[in-house]
Amino acid sequence: MDQTQPEPHRDPDAGPAVRFDNVGMRYGRGPEVLSDISFELARGSFQFLTGPSGAGKTSLLRLIYLAERPSRGLISLFGSDTSALARDDLPVLRRRIGVVFQDFRLLTHLSVFDNVALPLRVAGQRVSQYREDIVELLNWVGLGERIDALPPTLSGGEQQRAAIARAVVSRPEILIADEPTGNVDPEMARRLLRLFAELNRLGTTVLIASHDIALIRSMKVPVLELAGGRLTTRTRAA
Amino acid sequence: MSQTRRPAPLLPPEAGRDLPLLTVCAILVFLACLAVIGAAGTWRASDAWTGQLASEITLQIIPGADGDGEAAAQEAGQLASGLPGVISVEIRSRAASEALLRPWLGRASLPDDFPLPRLVTLNVDPDDPPLVAAIETLFDDAAYRVIVDDNQLWAAALARASITVRWFAIGLALLVCGAAAAVIAFAARASLSMRRDVADALHLVGAPDRFITGLFQERFFMLGLKAGIAGALLALLAAFALAELGGTAGAIFFLPSLLPGWGAILILPAAAFLSGLVAALSARLAITTALATGWT
Repeated sequence: MDQTQPEPHRDPDAGPAVRFDNVGMRYGRGPEVLSDISFELARGSFQFLTGPSGAGKTSLLRLIYLAERPSRGLISLFGSDTSALARDDLPVLRRRIGVVFQDFRLLTHLSVFDNVALPLRVAGQRVSQYREDIVELLNWVGLGERIDALPPTLSGGEQQRAAIARAVVSRPEILIADEPTGNVDPEMARRLLRLFAELNRLGTTVLIASHDIALIRSMKVPVLELAGGRLTTRTRAA
Repeated sequence: MSQTRRPAPLLPPEAGRDLPLLTVCAILVFLACLAVIGAAGTWRASDAWTGQLASEITLQIIPGADGDGEAAAQEAGQLASGLPGVISVEIRSRAASEALLRPWLGRASLPDDFPLPRLVTLNVDPDDPPLVAAIETLFDDAAYRVIVDDNQLWAAALARASITVRWFAIGLALLVCGAAAAVIAFAARASLSMRRDVADALHLVGAPDRFITGLFQERFFMLGLKAGIAGALLALLAAFALAELGGTAGAIFFLPSLLPGWGAILILPAAAFLSGLVAALSARLAITTALATGWT
C-alpha cells in the first residue's frame, strides 16, 4: 500500500470547497438520517468519511453532490449557499464535482469509452478532443482492453474502475467516492488511491467514504466519522 | 480503438418499443390527412360549382298545351340575348332535357307530345349579371311560361356548405393533432420513466435539463417524421383509390370529383414536418415538466 501522504494543494485566500453548518436531513417524513452535521472540506484537502452501515455516509455524499437538499442547516459549495441556488445553476456546480457511486451507475447501453466520456460530452467537447485522454485514463485503470465492452459484460471491479474513470476524467474540483475500492483487489486499490492522490496533488478536493480501515490508515489523512447520523469524530488517521 | 469513433446515442435504441407508438401516430396522421384532402377536394369542387353558377342563368321554357317547345326555346333565347349582361345564349335540345330526367325515368323514350320543359342557358357576365326580374319581364306576354332559375341562391347555399365542410375538416384535423400530441406526451413521459437511469446519470455529470430534453425531443421528432411520411402516403393512396375506384368521378354526375390534384403531393412533406414538429414539441413539454417536478 502506498504510504505517501498526499501534499494537498491549498489556496489560503479561498473559502472551503464544502461547508456544512448544522445540517439535518430526512427522507420524506421519516426520521432524520443526518443531524447537526458541521464540517468543512478545505480546497485541495484529502479526507476519508467512515462509519458503520446506515450511519448516513451515502446521504451525506448525496448532499454534497446536490442529489438531495438538506431539511435544515446550511451547505456551501465553493463559497455559494446551495439553498439559494436556482435549478438552472445546478449543472454548472455539478460539473465541478466528480462522483464515484457505490452502485457505479454506468449506462448499460454505452461502451466503457462512452460511459467515461459522458461528462466531457455533456460539457460540449468533441470526440477528437477527448479520445486520447480517455484511452490513456482507461489504460491507467487497467481497462485498456475493455474499452468497447458494455458494462453488463464487465466484472464488479471493472465496473468500479470505469465509474472512477468517469468521475475523474474532467478533473473535477471535488471528487467524492463512495466505497471506491470495495470491489477491487488490494493491488488495484493501491493503484486507484494513487490516482486519487495524484488528482489531489493537482488541486482536487477528495472525500472518500470507506469501511476499509487499512486503506484509511495507509493514507494518513483526516477522517470524518459518522455514527447514527451524527459526526462523532474528526481525526487524523494514525 | 477506431480513430473514427462516433459517440453512441445517449438514449438506447428502442425500435421494438417504438413500433406501436409509430403505428398509432401514423394512423392519426392518416386520418388528419384524409380530412384535409377531403376538405381540399370539397373546396375545389365548390369553387368550380359556384364559379359556374355565377356565370350562368338557366331558363326553363314550358310550352303551352299545343305549343311548339323548339320554337318557344328559340324565341326565348333570341329575346334574352338582347339583355345587357348576357354574353351568349345556348339553347339546349330536347335530348338534353330528357338526359336530365334519365336517372329518374330510365332510358325509356318519352312521347313526343309530352310537355317537356326546354332549357336555355344564358352565359352572363358574373360581375354584372342581368336582374332576374328584368328577365321575367321580358316574357310577360309570351305564349309559353318561363321559369328563371336564380342560381345565386344555389351559389350562396353551396358557398355556406363549403365553408362549413372546410371548418369541420380543419376542426377534425386539429382534433387529431391534439390526440397525437397527447399520445406523444404520454409516451415521452413513459420513455423518461423507463430511462430514468440515463436522466439521472446525465444530471449528475452536469447536464442541464435542456440537454436531456433535447435527447427526447430529437427522438420523438424522428418518430413523428416517420409517422407523418407513412400516414400521409397512405392517405394519398387511399384518396386516389377512393376517387378512382369507388368515388364520385362520373358515377353521380352532380357530385364533384374529390380526386386529389397533383398539389396534394405537397401534403407529404407538410404532414411529415408538422407531425415531427407536433411530436417534438409535445415531447419537449412533457419532459421539461417531468424533469422540473421529478428531479432535484
